[in-house]
Amino acid sequence: MADPAIIPALPAEEYERRERRVNSSLQSLWDLLDAVKDPEIPAVSLWEMGILQDIAMQGDRVIVTITPTYSGCPAMTVMAEDVLQALADAGYADSEVVTRLSPAWSTSWMSEEAQDKLREYGIAPPGQGGGNEPVEVLCPRCHSDEVRRLSEFGSTACKALYQCSACGEPFDHFKPI
Amino acid sequence: MTVSKDTIKRYSIRLGDDAVVLGHRLSEWCSSGPFLEEDLALTNVALDFIGRARMFYGYAAELADDGSTEDTYAYTRDNREFTNLLIHELKNGDFAFTMARQYFIDVYSLAYMEALQNSSDETLAAVADKAVKESRYHLRRSHDWMLRLGDGTEESRSRMQRAVDDLWGYTPEMFEMDALEQELADAGIGVDAAALRDDWEQTVHATLVEATLEVPEGDWAVNGGRQGMHTEALGHMLSDMQFVQRAYPGLQW
Ligand SMILES: [Zn+2]
Repeated sequence: MADPAIIPALPAEEYERRERRVNSSLQSLWDLLDAVKDPEIPAVSLWEMGILQDIAMQGDRVIVTITPTYSGCPAMTVMAEDVLQALADAGYADSEVVTRLSPAWSTSWMSEEAQDKLREYGIAPPGQGGGNEPVEVLCPRCHSDEVRRLSEFGSTACKALYQCSACGEPFDHFKPI
Repeated sequence: MTVSKDTIKRYSIRLGDDAVVLGHRLSEWCSSGPFLEEDLALTNVALDFIGRARMFYGYAAELADDGSTEDTYAYTRDNREFTNLLIHELKNGDFAFTMARQYFIDVYSLAYMEALQNSSDETLAAVADKAVKESRYHLRRSHDWMLRLGDGTEESRSRMQRAVDDLWGYTPEMFEMDALEQELADAGIGVDAAALRDDWEQTVHATLVEATLEVPEGDWAVNGGRQGMHTEALGHMLSDMQFVQRAYPGLQW
């Protein structure tokens, strides 16, 4: 049994990501980019999704590193544009968004708060496990576990389509990867 | 012995070709799927493969360092310059054919990308890391469809059997190694595809049996894709896929 006093371990990459933010000298930029939301799930920010990886300055130039969720995710282009726009609006005309593939993005980098926000938005969250391990999916509307998967892929590649047998609600489940 | 950048570039283009050709084929199902959920699934899997192609092509362009971009490879090369394995380019046929092709490729692709994760080339390994996670979901779905259609109605079973028979001769090519791939495998950069064959056959046979389908005899086999020798299907597909860039070179939107 796990000792309840011990905080569950974060994935190493996620721990490092949070450390990068905490130890950064560019706090105002991190805060600024908190306003940039996932274009497909506007309830959560790129930071909360685990997509925003790092912010650095090269002279007057802001270099933002993001990691793609799914390889073909069309939202990635929009995210990069939104980041550049937010920086430009704040007076950083010369910025660049760099995409980093490794380590590969995992849903286990989403915080518990981000998962709660997904649920409130009507999406069953992926849980903290990551991997491709199936998790218990609860209806985000009535919390019933009497749900069935209609399709492995929902409105986007990152989600599967479910329906709740208790209340009838069709909903997306953010798949763990 | 060091492997030249050009060799790695050509390898990355091959893997990009596999992905873009299958991605385009799957995208042809958009709005023609058997029902809405399946339409969405087909196009989402298409997106994953197109994304995979972008990563392999992007890396090839970086290695080429000659002004090429991912679009150069996808949209301005002719039929004979494409080096995809033939199974990716076959016409979609009916839904059973599309799903049988997908299943054969998913089993292969998952094993291939798992092996590529160990590549000493950091970029190839990183692309593989992403691809593996996606392939697991692709395979779960295509495997379900093999069982559902194979062990389904008389009509679905006969169509699935026909699809398996028609595709079978295109599968041995997936495990062939030529000099380029052998050099990369020996150097710890590329995958030894031949070594994946036994596991693939075992997995696929077990699924066919479970789906009450017959394992084909395997008395024919076609190859040539890696050398740019294609079926007639690819040229027609490219004329559609490349039309806009051919008519308006460099167009962006
Ligand atoms: Zn419900």
